[in-house]
Amino acid sequence: MPDHDPRSDDPIAKAEESSGVSRRDFLKISTISAAAVPILGTKVVHAAGEPVKVYGPGKVPVELIINGQKHTLHLEPRVTLLDALRDQLDITGAKRVCDRAECGACTVLMDNRVVYACSVLAIEAQGKAITTVESLMQGETLHPIQQAFVDNDASQCGFCTPGFVVAFKAFLDQHPHASPEEIRHGLSGNLCRCGTYHGIHLAIAQMAQKGA
Amino acid sequence: MPDYSWPDAEHRTLIGKRISRVDAPVKVSGRAKYTYDYHAPNMLFGKVLRSPYAKAKIVSIDTSAAEKLPGVKAVEIIQKPGTTAQWAGDEIVAVAAVDEPTAEDAVRLINVKYQPMSYLVSDAEPPAGAGEAAGPMSADDIDDAVSNQMPDAQLTQYLKQHGVTFKVDDDFLNDMKGEGASESVLAAIRQAPYRDVKGGAHSAYQKTATQTNGDPDKAFAEADVVSEGLYGAPVIVHCCLEPHGSVSEWTDKDHLFTHISTQNVSGIAAQMAEPLGVSAANIRVHQDHVGGGFGSKFAADRWDIAAARLSKKAGGRPVRIMLERDSELEVAGARPSANARVKVAAKKDGTITGWQSQSWGTGGPGGGGMPPIPYVFNIPNQRKEHTAIRNNIGPARAWRAPSHPQAAIISMGALDDLAAKLNMDPLDLWLKNLEITGPRHDVYREELAVAADLMGWKEKWRPRGQNVSGSIARGLGLSIHTWGGRGHASDCDLTIHPDGSVDIKMGTQDLGTGTRTTIVIVAAETLGIPIEAINLYIGDTLYPPSGGSGGSTTPGGVSSSTRRAAVDAREALFAKVAPALSAQPADLECVNSTVRVKSDPSRSLNWKQACSKIGAMPLTIRGKNPDKSKLPDLTNSGVGGVGMADVEVDIETGIVKIKKMVSVQDCGLIIDLKTAESSCYGALTMGISYALFEEKVMDQATGRMLNPNMEFYRLAGLNDIPELVVHMMTGKGYDERGVIGLGEPPVISPGAAIANAVANAIGARVSFLPITPDKVLAALGQRSTAQKAGAS
Repeated sequence: MPDHDPRSDDPIAKAEESSGVSRRDFLKISTISAAAVPILGTKVVHAAGEPVKVYGPGKVPVELIINGQKHTLHLEPRVTLLDALRDQLDITGAKRVCDRAECGACTVLMDNRVVYACSVLAIEAQGKAITTVESLMQGETLHPIQQAFVDNDASQCGFCTPGFVVAFKAFLDQHPHASPEEIRHGLSGNLCRCGTYHGIHLAIAQMAQKGA
Repeated sequence: MPDYSWPDAEHRTLIGKRISRVDAPVKVSGRAKYTYDYHAPNMLFGKVLRSPYAKAKIVSIDTSAAEKLPGVKAVEIIQKPGTTAQWAGDEIVAVAAVDEPTAEDAVRLINVKYQPMSYLVSDAEPPAGAGEAAGPMSADDIDDAVSNQMPDAQLTQYLKQHGVTFKVDDDFLNDMKGEGASESVLAAIRQAPYRDVKGGAHSAYQKTATQTNGDPDKAFAEADVVSEGLYGAPVIVHCCLEPHGSVSEWTDKDHLFTHISTQNVSGIAAQMAEPLGVSAANIRVHQDHVGGGFGSKFAADRWDIAAARLSKKAGGRPVRIMLERDSELEVAGARPSANARVKVAAKKDGTITGWQSQSWGTGGPGGGGMPPIPYVFNIPNQRKEHTAIRNNIGPARAWRAPSHPQAAIISMGALDDLAAKLNMDPLDLWLKNLEITGPRHDVYREELAVAADLMGWKEKWRPRGQNVSGSIARGLGLSIHTWGGRGHASDCDLTIHPDGSVDIKMGTQDLGTGTRTTIVIVAAETLGIPIEAINLYIGDTLYPPSGGSGGSTTPGGVSSSTRRAAVDAREALFAKVAPALSAQPADLECVNSTVRVKSDPSRSLNWKQACSKIGAMPLTIRGKNPDKSKLPDLTNSGVGGVGMADVEVDIETGIVKIKKMVSVQDCGLIIDLKTAESSCYGALTMGISYALFEEKVMDQATGRMLNPNMEFYRLAGLNDIPELVVHMMTGKGYDERGVIGLGEPPVISPGAAIANAVANAIGARVSFLPITPDKVLAALGQRSTAQKAGAS
């Protein structure tokens, strides 16, 4: 998945449009064909001559590593990573807004790559290091990106803010010397309704100055 | 009596400075808990089955299979068989289950038989003569007429002749009085004959009364120049990022506890009480943070009542219903459309002499009213006619500055076209006619000068279509706007504890507008202590009531009640401390966390020592707004503002790129300059979004919204936002007016300014927002056709 704008080539949305298959069903199908990973509670069936793992029906045990901590859950295979975080673990920094990979409010990191948690199944996230906005503060000290958001009033209602902060951090981790323009491009997969982009532009300038 | 008035500039340490919003750290860290984040133990997940038809009679509902599904705990029929669903997405049945997938499965198992009916979702221009003849006025009709400033004589005559469709009561008369209805109009409403029109067949098109001021026929006959044009803004939606919804639980059989995403914490219990058959006093409402409202979250909605009923059926277990994104965009609020054919008459020198408009638009099933056109400019001779379209797109709700952005798009567009026809710089046309804007014309003059300077208007402006380089056409546009404000009712409890800690309790809400920050700044300024020393509790019916956050009334309301509470608390503290300092209470002041004698600052106690004199019990003071016994009025009403846009249009692709926006705004005394400026930056951004991208696209073939998602209901993104310049008018002439809210005004002008800038760039008017590439290319095509015809 590209780190600039996952909206532009979201295979799920495209497939849903053309096939009429619902997003959650599609996620299930795509997971069945994914490479085998060590997962609990599955059975192996042969489809088109290939052994594939099948989850469910019903709840299966799912093991997630969130911010370095291991959690074992019992979930239906159709539950997304976002819903597992929010409804099962009460980790609510990632927000549910569009629920189909269009707005970025649910952005988290999966093995240091930016993903939209609404469009990753919890079962797919097993064995991967999931990082959420909750891990960014060091004790009571804000991460420099978070501080830049505070300094430049880059949040109003704040519902999009955690997604922006996580996407920002991931982009800077991968492009520590990025220009403001490159960072803006890197964050263009996130949307805000209140209109905090001016503040985000200033926060970007503040961080780009640090990185330069 | 203590002096409640705002401190003057020399005595302000916090008010008017740039202070970071106090809830920013919890928001950027993900710790802020919104309604959607509230996860009660044992919580059930609610889902709603919605009508797939734009209009259909519900014939039968079979929920038996859903009820048998393991994990389903309650089913609630919202609309019974025999009723008619009035729009696609209308709520039919709600279910609650142990988890979300089960609730989704249960909804699929419900079998509803519908009898589809004919419907209308279009808001295209009504056919000539389609409007229903004038009839008696509903409460909404009168409200529209009053807010559109229909001339008194005309309105009283109409009421006398046609009557009203409802029983007039004192509440309604008080509302109308509050909106500025004169005594003669109030008397006419009281005496209007009652005409029952229930059961009568209504046309989809309702003509509101024709309004005529002065002598428009004469004005147009004598005009040197008449400009004609077509202007409009479509239905758009609020698209709050946190959807509407709530979590309700019965803590015992008589007590409900509701977490709800709302702009109206103190007003929700009264709305839920009647449908739930429980007294409002038994309902507790709570909300810490809200993920956007923009005018759409004042009500306890049908799904909120359903959640509470499901909870009751499930033995009181908490039930959460938060709308899915498609429902949020389909049913949870929309801004009415407004379109108009306009003629403007003027003299050669640019003096505007006449206005004529035929307007139409829809606010869904209610039809909606005429926007206040001509906007800001009180053009002397007018004839206006409006047709409201009642259709099945779902209900409208207040959207920041209700009706004003549409009025600006129509009016400022028409005046901009007039300027082009007169070969005038629109800035000169606006300045020439400022006298007819009324009492604030000097403010507009000052603001236009500031805005023009910040934009570089005089250097950059070129006549229409004459700033083209290669395929890029550049243009400037402007608009002015107005709004009321004032402060809503607000009660504030401020407590000073004997250990020096301070808390404030108020049943208000912070929409991201900086309400929390405003309250603590006012309290800290008044008590002479740092803002960090104030513990602020809002968002709960356990605290004193404060008004809903609408109409830019919150800053005025909460700052006034807080100021009065803090002044009285300070005086009470002085009374306790004075003996220890061998002084009179009136001789004391609070500065830098110290209570000291004004004439001899060496005689002082630090804040903590001073508060220890209170005694064993804390000191709690209630401050109120309004409060005629504690003058002066600390708030005010009536602001002006200017928006300017600088755009580039690629005339090969039709793509509009905003290069720069300027917002100049007055709002009386500013409490926090930083969050005030953010309101304007945000408003410019929303303006760019609705000018270029946003439209609720309805499909007449299916009766449904075609773009109920965030891919095709497009919001402006980070890269759509150019250099934004905000200037707040402060200092003499502004500060002494008192506090006025800022949620509405700056969002009014950007769309009109952008539409005018595009016309200036390409030399043709794109009539209807959003200004998408196809419409730009069509306008360019019409222009070149017209030019060829003119040349031959």
